[in-house]
Amino acid sequence: MDLMTVLLSTPLGNAGGAVGAGLAAVGAGIGIGQIGKGAVEAIARQPEASNDIRANMILTAALVEGAALFAIIVGFLAMVL
Amino acid sequence: MAAVFSLFFLFIFNTAFSQPEGHHKEEKKGFNAKEIIFGHVLNNHDFHVLDIVKENGEKKPVSLPLPVILYSKQRGLDVFMSSKFHHGEENHLNYMMLTDEKIEALELEPNKYNAQDIVAVNEAGAIDESVRVYDLSLTRNVVQMLLALIFFTWIMLSIAKKYKMGQGVTIAPKGAQGLLEPVIIFVRDEVAKPNLGKRYVKYLPFLLTIFFFILINNLFGLIPGSANVTGNIAFTAVLGVIAFIVIMFSTNGHYWMHIFNPPGVPLGVKFILVPVEFISVFIKPFALIIRLFANMVAGHIIIICLISLIFIFGNMSAAAGWGTAPFSLAFTIFIYFIEVLVAFLQAFIFTMLTAVFIGQAMEGDHDHDHHEHENGLPDVPVMV
Repeated sequence: MDLMTVLLSTPLGNAGGAVGAGLAAVGAGIGIGQIGKGAVEAIARQPEASNDIRANMILTAALVEGAALFAIIVGFLAMVL
Repeated sequence: MAAVFSLFFLFIFNTAFSQPEGHHKEEKKGFNAKEIIFGHVLNNHDFHVLDIVKENGEKKPVSLPLPVILYSKQRGLDVFMSSKFHHGEENHLNYMMLTDEKIEALELEPNKYNAQDIVAVNEAGAIDESVRVYDLSLTRNVVQMLLALIFFTWIMLSIAKKYKMGQGVTIAPKGAQGLLEPVIIFVRDEVAKPNLGKRYVKYLPFLLTIFFFILINNLFGLIPGSANVTGNIAFTAVLGVIAFIVIMFSTNGHYWMHIFNPPGVPLGVKFILVPVEFISVFIKPFALIIRLFANMVAGHIIIICLISLIFIFGNMSAAAGWGTAPFSLAFTIFIYFIEVLVAFLQAFIFTMLTAVFIGQAMEGDHDHDHHEHENGLPDVPVMV
């Protein structure tokens, strides 16, 4: 317990928050990249549906980004608290 | 792989032991990045315009003061302008405004006391813990939100008046009508109608208000020097709670039956599924709150950090500061464009998800999978 409180009162908390936020960015990048890949392939198959596909892509990207931002907020809290 | 991991841990522990204090950046006396960033992102009791740095290095802040409204059971209601605090240097009427320096000087708990908090003090100047002060002031966020509200109501009422007089109905729309009509039609046709079906007219004012209120507050927050209204968790929490209340009022028996007794699910799975479904009723508006808050505050912090980079490097050497400036500014302009896109996008996403949740709550009786056909053939037409 003492070791934990000593560690958490040092900048290790800051480092942990930063690492977590970085991993969240990686997750968001991979997720939104997959969405983009699917959307672009779908447009290539059926160009006249491009408007519908674009709307769905933006919606899904915002949802995935929401999940990544949960993790960024937690990283932020780790830094501040 | 193990070598990479152990090197990683070595570096982390190295920095942990080299800086035992860890929380102030006293080395950078000239520029305190944390104070600037949090000063911009959090709420303040005045509109801080600029700091005049005198020859002896002292900073004289120039700001627009705002009314401070305090209520406590012991002392009653107190109303005065925040200029009486002189940026935290003087106490007024036995109230003290905390600043970062004061919190450190008085060695207060950093988790309980934040900058810009107003605490009650006794005659000697020490903090009086027994008086619970409720801060109902017109802070920066409140004033900017009210300004956005006035602007929003004025624009909408003026185009409504024009529509009533026939402009845009019998003759072509003009002016602000041309700007807002496509957006309103977009919200009606792409958000309200597909999700809410025939009953979209009842919810359309609510959805339009949510969309434009979030959008205008997002855009106002992007003006340099303005307050960060939508990046405030209290603001988004209230919007989320209102959306939750509207969703709850649109539910019907089928919705709750599907949550507590999902059809076509084996009994063992039901034990897991029912708690998950019940919690998801609350998690969905909570996600709305966090999504809007995190997107906006992250964007603001990125922009301020990029500009602060110039000053951080400038502290080290003037040449480094000037050298960083073009790259930092270019990146900042790029991020600004993305932030404008995010402003529109987050307003749209909040509105659309609210419409989706209301639509899910309102769903009527639809064909379940457990009605039998006499001849065993499926419902969908099959090509033979």
